[in-house]
Amino acid sequence: MTEPVAGETRRLTVFLVDDHAMFRAGVRAELGAHVDVIGEASSVAEAVARIAATTPDVVLLDVHMPDGGGRAVLDAMRRTHPQVKFLALSVSDAAEDVIGLIRAGARGYVTKTISPDELAAAIRRVADGDAVFSPRLAGFVLDAFASRPDVPVADPELDQLTNREREVLRLLARGYAYKEIAKELFISIKTVETHVSNVLRKLQMSNRYELSRWAADRRLV
Amino acid sequence: MTATAAPQPRRLYRPRDHRVIAGVASGIARHLRVPVTAVRIALVLLLGFNGLGLLLYAVFWAVLPQQLPDGQQQTRRDLALLLPFGAIGLGVILLQGLLFGDNRVAGTAGWLVAIIAVGAGVIWHQSDPTRRGQWAANPQAPWLAAVVAESDRRSFLFRFIGGGVLVATGVIGVLAVYAPAGSLTAVFNGVIFALVGLLGVGVVVAPLLWRTFSQLRSEREGRIREQERAEVAAMIHDQVLHTLALIQRNSTDIKEVQRLARGQERSLRNWLYKPMASPTERFAAALEQAAAEVEDTYAISVEAVVVGDTQCDERVAALVAAAREALVNAARHAGVETVSLYAEVEDDELSVFVRDRGAGFDPAEVEDTRHGVRGSIIGRMQRHGGQAEIRSAPGDGTEVRLTLPASRESVSAGKETAR
Repeated sequence: MTEPVAGETRRLTVFLVDDHAMFRAGVRAELGAHVDVIGEASSVAEAVARIAATTPDVVLLDVHMPDGGGRAVLDAMRRTHPQVKFLALSVSDAAEDVIGLIRAGARGYVTKTISPDELAAAIRRVADGDAVFSPRLAGFVLDAFASRPDVPVADPELDQLTNREREVLRLLARGYAYKEIAKELFISIKTVETHVSNVLRKLQMSNRYELSRWAADRRLV
Repeated sequence: MTATAAPQPRRLYRPRDHRVIAGVASGIARHLRVPVTAVRIALVLLLGFNGLGLLLYAVFWAVLPQQLPDGQQQTRRDLALLLPFGAIGLGVILLQGLLFGDNRVAGTAGWLVAIIAVGAGVIWHQSDPTRRGQWAANPQAPWLAAVVAESDRRSFLFRFIGGGVLVATGVIGVLAVYAPAGSLTAVFNGVIFALVGLLGVGVVVAPLLWRTFSQLRSEREGRIREQERAEVAAMIHDQVLHTLALIQRNSTDIKEVQRLARGQERSLRNWLYKPMASPTERFAAALEQAAAEVEDTYAISVEAVVVGDTQCDERVAALVAAAREALVNAARHAGVETVSLYAEVEDDELSVFVRDRGAGFDPAEVEDTRHGVRGSIIGRMQRHGGQAEIRSAPGDGTEVRLTLPASRESVSAGKETAR
């Protein structure tokens, strides 16, 4: 990797996974001004091999592919390459696709109708360690946590949203930007980002299996 | 045997050319390379041992395939082929008569064996030789395939007859055994005959059921596939092709193209991912329909997020109408491409937020004569016991917040389910 000139100006490396060549070409052309697209893959196997070889900062991941989809890539890569961040970029915004990919470890989810500038901003935010929540994703999360209050949970503290997190999500769903949420709630942008990251972490662990694995990874059990 | 590696191993045939009765003797003679006369003499001599010669002849007759002159196709349905089975049956009857004399039970059993032999022979012979090869290739149960596989109507008929014979045998056997005084052995024999009867029923019914089920299954699958295909084709024709045609004709009008593409995307998305709900019954569906109408009419995109759902009543319909009015206002006055619509159903209230990042205005300066905001939004919400708040500043966008307390009965219902 080239030596970073300054924290802000270092160009991020991005890898594209999508089975539609036309779409890859379009994204590559549109993102070229903002980031370095260092590779493409059109299938799960190819993606797993080439991401491991190139170790990009962010992988743009399609949900639906013929041989298993984004979920398979995430499952294969997450353990071996935890430093690679995944941002799901899909034409589908069905709840099970979105929640499924987030649970598998994607740091955000945007639909393919997103504008190039917004996509570049989303990539940067994911690379910085934050989560990218579209209003629709925030709605799904609220739905998931609200409509199933009696799901048995090993540790309720860990698996429930705090009031503050719920408020942040509501504002996100209403179309507020992080900056606007911070102003509305009289908190800093950093705090908003922390809340959102917490929501994402809870989402990734909001079933028993994930939770026990999380505990095992940290030698808690 | 021979040094030349023949493509086919030497097989036992019944030649058609040198035969006296069926060609069994000459076939065996050719195969063993002994004179025909010796074989024939041996058979006749064996006849002396309780008709063993006859039996052997009949068995070979039944089992050996006919050797055909070159180029001649075997006639598929040669009823003469069934003759040997009759002969086997006859042989068995004769044999048991000689061995057991006038014993009644043994006599009945002999008849049974004979009839079963004939039935099985019919089934076996009616099946296609090539199929028999396939059955043999099925390692688990070649016999099952032989019973179950179905070639055509005629073979089914023969199988039916064979099975029917077995059934009748079983019934007759049960009667014959039970007629004398009941003893343990008689009961035991009865059970055996009943099993034979069941076997017969199985032989008759299994292929029929099997064939019927598989046909039904494949027909149903085909019909479903065809229906789905027709539905997809109709949908693509009605929507996608027409939209694409319109886009080609309006390709210079970017706004129109965007409007068409957006409407099409929404409709396909709903079709693919969402179960259709009636907008007159459910809150979420009504709200999404209102958003879709605004999208189509004003060529903007509405990002609609609805959390939870509830039944529609008069008050909820008023809330939807107010939200629609807020969307229309945003579309007409804000001058933006995208408007956010967020609705949440909670235990005690419904809330809807419509937000844009457009021009904005000063709510204090809205004239009383402007009915859009005062009448359609604020007034309507107040009439139905709800509230409307409009937050806006010039240059800072607008947010309309609508809240409606849940009606008494639904509040109590919600609390009950929560506990």
